[in-house]
Amino acid sequence: MNRSRSRLLGVPYIIWVIGFTVIPIFFIITKAITDSNGSLTISNLTAIFDQLHRKALIMSVELAFISTVLCIILSYPVALILRSSHIRRKNIILFILILPMWMNFILRILAMQMIISNNGIINHVLKLMGMEPLKLINTPGAIILGMVYDYLPYMLLPVLNSILSIPEDIIEAAKDLGSDRMHVLTRIILPLSLGGVGSGVTMVLIPSMTEFVIANILGGGKIQLLGNIIEQEFTVSMNWNLGSGLSVTLMAFVLITSFIFGRHKEETAAGLAL
Amino acid sequence: MAKELIRFENITKTFDGSSVLKDLNLSIHENEFVTLLGPSGCGKTTTLRILGGFESPDSGRVIFDGEDITHLPPNKRKLNTVFQKYALFTHMSVADNIAFGLKIKGQDKDLIRERVSYCLKLVGLEGYEDRAPASLSGGQQQRIAIARAIAGEPKVLLLDEPLGALDLKLRQGMQYELIRLKEELGITFVYVTHDQEEALTMSDTVVVMNQGIIQQIGTPEDIYNEPQNAFVADFIGESNLLDGIMIRDCLVSVGGLEMPCVDTGFGENNPVDVVIRPEDVELDAGGSGQTRGTVASIVFKGVHWEIRVESEIGITFLVQTTEHYPVGSTVGISVDPYNIQIMHKPSREDEQVFDQNEVPQGETYES
Repeated sequence: MNRSRSRLLGVPYIIWVIGFTVIPIFFIITKAITDSNGSLTISNLTAIFDQLHRKALIMSVELAFISTVLCIILSYPVALILRSSHIRRKNIILFILILPMWMNFILRILAMQMIISNNGIINHVLKLMGMEPLKLINTPGAIILGMVYDYLPYMLLPVLNSILSIPEDIIEAAKDLGSDRMHVLTRIILPLSLGGVGSGVTMVLIPSMTEFVIANILGGGKIQLLGNIIEQEFTVSMNWNLGSGLSVTLMAFVLITSFIFGRHKEETAAGLAL
Repeated sequence: MAKELIRFENITKTFDGSSVLKDLNLSIHENEFVTLLGPSGCGKTTTLRILGGFESPDSGRVIFDGEDITHLPPNKRKLNTVFQKYALFTHMSVADNIAFGLKIKGQDKDLIRERVSYCLKLVGLEGYEDRAPASLSGGQQQRIAIARAIAGEPKVLLLDEPLGALDLKLRQGMQYELIRLKEELGITFVYVTHDQEEALTMSDTVVVMNQGIIQQIGTPEDIYNEPQNAFVADFIGESNLLDGIMIRDCLVSVGGLEMPCVDTGFGENNPVDVVIRPEDVELDAGGSGQTRGTVASIVFKGVHWEIRVESEIGITFLVQTTEHYPVGSTVGISVDPYNIQIMHKPSREDEQVFDQNEVPQGETYES
C-alpha cells in the first residue's frame, strides 16, 4: 500500500513529462521525417550535411566547447581557494558568486551588449584615453563572453560542491603518506572532483550548444549557430519540417554528449541544492 | 629502558583563545605502545596531530630521533597515521591505497606488489587487492587503513581512535590484533582513545590527560591501582572517591571513621583524597565490619552485582560483589588497608582541573 501511495506522488510529474516532453518530441520527430506534403523523407535529417548547416553546427560545437573550458578554468581555482582558505563566510562569497543568476538572463546579455558594442562603455573609455576602438561585438568572442557570463554559475556550483565535499582527513592521509601539495592536487583532489566537473560540463555544454538568444544579441545575426538556423526555420522561413529535422540531429548530438558526461547526475543535483 | 624516540618539550597550543595544551612534556620510547587517554577536549588528539605534523604548537618543540621536527610538514615525517574515519582513497582500489606512499617513494613495481600483499596478509585480508574500499565493511576498511599506514615501514604508527566507529565485538577483536601487529612489526604505537578499557588492555604506557595537562603517566597497572589524583581515579574504572584526613602515616579518617592504610608521607592531619575501588569494598551479611550500612539498591551487571550501600558514616559506597544482598538489609563494610589509595588534594589552581560534579562517564569520542 505504501508503495502504491508513493507511486501516486509521481503522477503530476508524469503528466508534465507526457504533456511537455513526450508529445512535443513525438510531433517534432514526425515533422522531421516528413516533407511539407506529409510524405516520408530523410532529407530534413541529412540537411545537417549541407554546407551552411554543417558550418553552423561546427561553430556551435566550437563556441560551446570553448565556453565550457573557460568556465572550468574560471571555476576550478576559485573552488580550490575557497576550500583551502580559512574564510569563515564561505557562504557569503558563494552568494556573491552566484548573485548574477538572480537577474533575468536576457537583461544581463543586453547589459553586456551595452558594454561591448561599438559605441559602448569599453570603446567610450578607450576613446577618452585616445586609443583606437576595438571590434568587440558581433564576433565569436562576444558570444563566448555572453555564454561564459551566463553559464558560469552552473559550472561553479557542482565543481565547488565536489571539491568542498572531499573530507579533510583524506587529504591529511595523503600528506601523511608523503604527498606534497602538487601530488595531493593531481592524485586526490582532481580525481575526486571529476564528478563535479562532469556535471558542470553537462550543464554548460548542452545549453550553450543549443544557444541562439545570446548569438542573436551579441552576435548581431552575423554569426550563425545551429540554434539560430533552427529558430529562423520556425519563425522566418516557416519550414517546420527542416527546423524539426535540424532539431532532431542537434538533439542526437546533445544525447551523445550527455551520455559521455551524464554519469554524474547526483552531483548535479547536489550542486543545485547548494 | 629502550631508547627515547619522541620527546615533546614544553608544548602549548591555543585554539580561538582557549588553551588546549598547557606546557606538555612527554617522552616516548622505541617499541613502546603509548596511549593518550582522556575525555574529549583533553588535548590528546591535538597532541597526536602535532606529532603527525597537522598542527604546529604555539611554543615548544617536538624531537624525533634526536631531530627537531616541530615545523616539518607531514609528508617529510617518518611516521604514519591511522585515521578515525579510515580516510581511505575512495577512487582507488585497495592495492592502490596501500601502495600510495610506496609509489611516492618511487619504489620498484614488483617490490610494491609484494609489500602490498604482505601488508594485506598482516591485517588478515589476503586477496583483497582489487576490491574497492566502498565495498568493504567498516572493520575491513579500518584494516586497510592500518595496512596502508604500515606499508611504508614507519618508525611510529599514530592511531587516532581507530576503533571508535566499530561495534563492541569488533573493537575487542581488533584490540588483540593491534597488540599482535605491534609485536610483529616492532614499531612504536602512539594511540589516542577516550576508552579506558581499550587503553588498559593494549598499552605499555598510559598517559592520562585532562584539560591540556598530563595527569599521570604509568603502566596500566599503576594507573589503575595507584591513581595519582582524583581525576585519574575517577576516569579509570569506577571508584569511591572520598574526602579524608590523614591522621598520621598508615591511618586515614573518612567521615569520622579511622581506617588503617599503607600510605605514608602525607603528614599529619592533612586533607587528602581517598580512592576505594568498588570491587575492594567487602560486605558482610552479619553486619560486622569497620562500619555498617543499609543496601539502597542492587543491580545485576553480568559478572557481578553492583550495590549502593548507605553507611553509618554518611557515605554511600559503590560496591561490586558476586554475592547478592537484598535491598534494605544491614551489612558490615570493611576495606583491606592495601586497597585504600591515598592522594594529595590539588594545592595549586591549575591542578584542580577536575570538577567532581562532571564525571566523565559515557563520554563520546571527539570528532
